[in-house]
Amino acid sequence: MTKLVTAVIKPFKLEDVKSALEVLGVKGLTVSEVQGFGRQKGHTEVYRGAEYVVDLVPKVKVEVVVVDTDADKVVDAIVEAGRTGKIGDGKVWVTPVESVVRVRTGERDGDAI
Amino acid sequence: MDGYYAWMLVATAFVLMMTTPALALFYGGMTRSKSVLNMMMMSYVSMAVVGLVFVLWGWSEAGFNNGFNNGKLISNPFHMFGLLNNDWHASADSTGSTFIWIAFQMTFAVITAALISGAIADRVKLSAWITFIVVWVTLCYFPVAHNVWGGGWLSQHWAAQDYAGGTVVHINAGIAGLVLALVVGRRVGFQRDPMKPHNLTLTMIGAGLLWMGWYGFNVGSIVIADPKDGGAQFMSDTGLTFLNTTVATMAAMLGWLAVERLIHGKATSLGAASGIVAGLVAITPACGAVNQLGAICIGAIAGGLCAVAVGLKFKFGFDDSLDVVGVHLVGGLVGTVLIGLFSTHTAPGGVDGLFYGGGWQSLKVQVLAVLFTLIWTGVLTTVIALAIKHTIGWRIPPEAEVEGIDYDQHGESAYDLHAASASSAYLVTEGA
Repeated sequence: MTKLVTAVIKPFKLEDVKSALEVLGVKGLTVSEVQGFGRQKGHTEVYRGAEYVVDLVPKVKVEVVVVDTDADKVVDAIVEAGRTGKIGDGKVWVTPVESVVRVRTGERDGDAI
Repeated sequence: MDGYYAWMLVATAFVLMMTTPALALFYGGMTRSKSVLNMMMMSYVSMAVVGLVFVLWGWSEAGFNNGFNNGKLISNPFHMFGLLNNDWHASADSTGSTFIWIAFQMTFAVITAALISGAIADRVKLSAWITFIVVWVTLCYFPVAHNVWGGGWLSQHWAAQDYAGGTVVHINAGIAGLVLALVVGRRVGFQRDPMKPHNLTLTMIGAGLLWMGWYGFNVGSIVIADPKDGGAQFMSDTGLTFLNTTVATMAAMLGWLAVERLIHGKATSLGAASGIVAGLVAITPACGAVNQLGAICIGAIAGGLCAVAVGLKFKFGFDDSLDVVGVHLVGGLVGTVLIGLFSTHTAPGGVDGLFYGGGWQSLKVQVLAVLFTLIWTGVLTTVIALAIKHTIGWRIPPEAEVEGIDYDQHGESAYDLHAASASSAYLVTEGA
């Protein structure tokens, strides 16, 4: 069986997280630029006296599909590599995946990882 | 004098660069990404339209040649229509009527009209803009230029100092911008929706190019008193106006940044770009009237005051979108009026202001020239703006404005940064 590990992290931590996952032997991942807010509120910007509140903060979302037994290791690696200890470090969550198919070969589930 | 003529050709090209692309970049970066092309087009179109109008009747109406020193409010627009009666064979003792001087003056009319566009960003039909600038330069720019520089009525009653266009260019464009902002009305969502500048790197590039081009504007505005003995005057005057332009702009940038730091906590790049322009505006009329300390004072005051003035539109609720009033009207007023205090006879203008023992006379004529420009252009711009409003109309439909004027008026979008949106378009032109 397989699981999807999703992490929303600080953009500048992407390289650290990526290399930590490579060390673990993760074979592939998907990265997208996203915006959002959590406990870290946005900030204000002033242009010629006009003040704007920017409440959505830029983040990076990393998605990795792994076999069940690797999920905890992957989560730990992301948390360790992505942490700065300051507010706004993000979240990691794990969800079950019904099935996975490799497009090129048609292999399924564990074989497709 | 060969050096003078060579310099004037270069100066003319420099001032041309101030409109396309410098002002277009400066303004374009400050708009939202959905209206940057229209903003830039307003400058580009001013170049083409006002440039041709100037050759057809502007030169004649401003009376820099025919009608020079006629003491009237305007000169005859038809006498030299299309430059027909202008002999291109310049004589050795003429500096005022050569084609070089015509081209130089043309670029001033162009940029003055283009400056106004910042007050009405994101919302005006291109046809209304073109109509406006043709009528506006005819009723406001050429007459004011004649009165201040062409020996018209004003200069013969109150001969104010305006080296390169504090009244003719900046107060003129500034008051016109204020009137248009009021008549055309606010953008949809003004003071409700975020209207952040979309690309301040464009604005920074534009401000830098404006600064460079402004040397053509100010230093090129030298008038040689005696062509047979112009070499010495050329060397001393151009050096002085070049230095004054430089130090005033430096002081204004710092002045703007200091005010921002005090009020908002941070010195911004938009503040630096704006301070540069505020300083250039303020020193424009004064660059031939003051010494370097005077120039630094005028620059610093203009930078600081304009930084505060750009907040006024939010207090009073008029949508002068890119602060033509806050920068050009206020900066122009500062520079033109402060000549009355800082003017010194050691500068080319040869007049002592209040601080140099000249009494109140200089301040008086400076203020009167300002009032003349404000009233003349304020009244006539109101008439033109209302006439357009009630005939062809100024505005694009509100829904088109929300979607973006670039697509509505030009059928284009400025940026295609996402691969997905590029692949979602498909080609319909056959054989393309």
